Amino acid sequence: MKKATFIGGTHIDSFKELTNTYESKKANPPDFVYIPLSQHIGSPCEAKLCVGEEVKMGQVIGKTLGFVSAPIHSSVSGKVVSIEKKAHPAGRFVDCIVIENDKQDTLDGSIVDEPQPEQLNKEQLLKKILDAGIVGLGGATFPTHVKYSPPADTIIDYIILNGIECEPFITADHRIMLEYPEEIVRGLDYILKTTGAKKGIIAIEDNKMDAIQKMNLVCDCHANIEVVICEEKYPQGSEKQLIYAVTNREVPVGGLPLDVGVIVNNVGTAKAICDAVEKNMPLIERMVTVSGTSVDTPSNYIARIGTLFSDLINQSGGYTEENNKIISGGLMMGKTMYSDEVPITKGTSAILVLKDDRKKAPKEQACVRCAKCIDACPAFLEPTRLAILTKRKEFDRLDTEQNIMSCIECGTCSYVCPANIPLVEYIRLGKLGVTKNKKK
Amino acid sequence: MTQETLLKISSSPHVHSGNSISAAMRDVIIALLPATALSIYFFGLYALAIIVTSIASCLLAEYASQKFRKVDITINDYSAALTGLLFALIIPPATPLWLVFIGGTISIVIGKQVFGGLGNNLFNPALVGRAILVASWPVYMTRFVSPFDGVTSATPLGIIGEINKQFAGGLIPDTNLMASLPPLSTLMTGSIAGSLGETSAIALILGGLYLIFKKHIDWKIPLLYISTVFTLALIFNGPYDRLWYATYNIFAGGLLIGAFFMATDWVTSPTTKKGRIIYAIGLGLLTFLIRKGAGLPEGVAYSIILMNMVTPLIDRYTRGRVFGEVKKHG
Repeated sequence: MKKATFIGGTHIDSFKELTNTYESKKANPPDFVYIPLSQHIGSPCEAKLCVGEEVKMGQVIGKTLGFVSAPIHSSVSGKVVSIEKKAHPAGRFVDCIVIENDKQDTLDGSIVDEPQPEQLNKEQLLKKILDAGIVGLGGATFPTHVKYSPPADTIIDYIILNGIECEPFITADHRIMLEYPEEIVRGLDYILKTTGAKKGIIAIEDNKMDAIQKMNLVCDCHANIEVVICEEKYPQGSEKQLIYAVTNREVPVGGLPLDVGVIVNNVGTAKAICDAVEKNMPLIERMVTVSGTSVDTPSNYIARIGTLFSDLINQSGGYTEENNKIISGGLMMGKTMYSDEVPITKGTSAILVLKDDRKKAPKEQACVRCAKCIDACPAFLEPTRLAILTKRKEFDRLDTEQNIMSCIECGTCSYVCPANIPLVEYIRLGKLGVTKNKKK
Repeated sequence: MTQETLLKISSSPHVHSGNSISAAMRDVIIALLPATALSIYFFGLYALAIIVTSIASCLLAEYASQKFRKVDITINDYSAALTGLLFALIIPPATPLWLVFIGGTISIVIGKQVFGGLGNNLFNPALVGRAILVASWPVYMTRFVSPFDGVTSATPLGIIGEINKQFAGGLIPDTNLMASLPPLSTLMTGSIAGSLGETSAIALILGGLYLIFKKHIDWKIPLLYISTVFTLALIFNGPYDRLWYATYNIFAGGLLIGAFFMATDWVTSPTTKKGRIIYAIGLGLLTFLIRKGAGLPEGVAYSIILMNMVTPLIDRYTRGRVFGEVKKHG
């Protein structure tokens, strides 16, 4: 069978063997959880309770103020200690609700098993997804109910579940597929019903043959769901590249997957939707990979939202090296943290702890026009050209002539560059310049 | 960890492929070793003296230019050494050492550093050195010797050029001249008169394949360049057997070293995929045109320099569409 793929990209050592064969563990519930009121793309939530109030597990603690938003629930039962600004993995300081965990896990009254989930209609399903605070768990954290509310005349042909996980080290989605295959497929069924799409596709990279087998087994009895095997190549998991690989459709520049009749969801999101529909369980925990070369026992955890990075790193046996860097997310696109005292949010797929070798990094040299960046760019841009134009501050050309805004910042160009030019950093600056220029 | 010991942050990606310019340059030097070794075997220790002089002059010129320009000294990145080696391999084996020294210096100073150093040069530096020497010291630069004995003799392409002239003048080509052409098998091993490192087809192909295997060069450039010359020679075969003439055109002269080692130079070849195809075919056309129609027996060096000149233009007009840019008419 021919494997689906996209044009461009590169191969990267995966390091997935550190964690991919070990069953995920339930992380020990922490004494305190720090739940940020902004864990999604869109308007932040407003705190719904006061300091000193008792909360139950799964209770709404942050309510939405706009349509593009998602409510936030307590991941433990206990007492609100404070509402304060805390460091957020996205890099800013964000209002957090700090809850002291009573370790009772007393469930909120709304969390009851749905007697006949298959009877629910479109609107009821959409409401459950909204109420459960479901956002894209692949890392983008776009509110899922917004994705499922396209303009009235939009026809959705495919729902693609993204089980690619092309970033090195991360195996969270891999473990979800191995441990919750039925939930994923039932979740996909609900998504198909909610969106009216005819076909569901589960896309998995060929370095996860066990997950492919398992998902195939479950999908066998679903005529409208298919598993598609993709070639292992970075950034295969990028939404637009995945859509091209699987359906041969190209999302137009500046457009959305909806424009080509496709919605992409992470496999973890499908599992969360299944829990939301069948158990009325909101999104209060997620699978997190704790890995890297400087952590004692790399593992996957099902961790409560609001658990501190340091807590999970300690549960993994702690640091094995001095002087580390901590990355939230992947090696290629994740963000480095300035502290390990940041909470896990809905978008935290991985915590990587690596030896800090940045001092040894080679110096940026002149571009030798080798074109490796151009050949590897999955958006068909000319990264070296974009970097040069950014240095010259030619923002108009960057925008209209070079289409710089099409850059998905996957980092492939910086990765392959033999001159060690931080291309993606220049491009980010260039994009910033273009945005500022337009506002003028 | 407390707030006092904040970790350092940096921008993604947090990993690098390990690709480096110097590693690539080193690999090109490795790929040239078979041809280098054979040149010493065929043309003796004097060949070694040329190579050493050339590399030394390039390193010295690089060092002096960078000192003068007050930029970082990068003579250990193998780039100047590669220019030196390439320059040595594309000049006649009897070139006096003082001229080699001048040529190496010209290659680096005029071929590369005046443009702003590595990455900014418009032309292949070694070819600039050669072209200026051919124009300024033509007697030295056109005197070729046969291997082992060092007797002055014509290169195979020189003989073909002579025959072409006679043929174009309506004369029946001299059969003695035809008979003096070395057989194809000798062209393969390289025991013929020619520039130091261009004579052995096998050594050059071996090196070229190594570079393709290591993914340092785009295989399309040598393939299209060589096949364009081959095809044109098949069509415009003159007084020769078609297949023989086409094959002879590939293995004689500087085509192989040019196609594998100089046309593929990162800095001076186009960066777009489409551009590289146009560039390679253009090289083939020019090379054959010069060999066949011009007064010169060989055209590889000038073709590459000419195509280097239009590389920025090719890049500009072959920019592809961006992913998701709507295809016209459907």
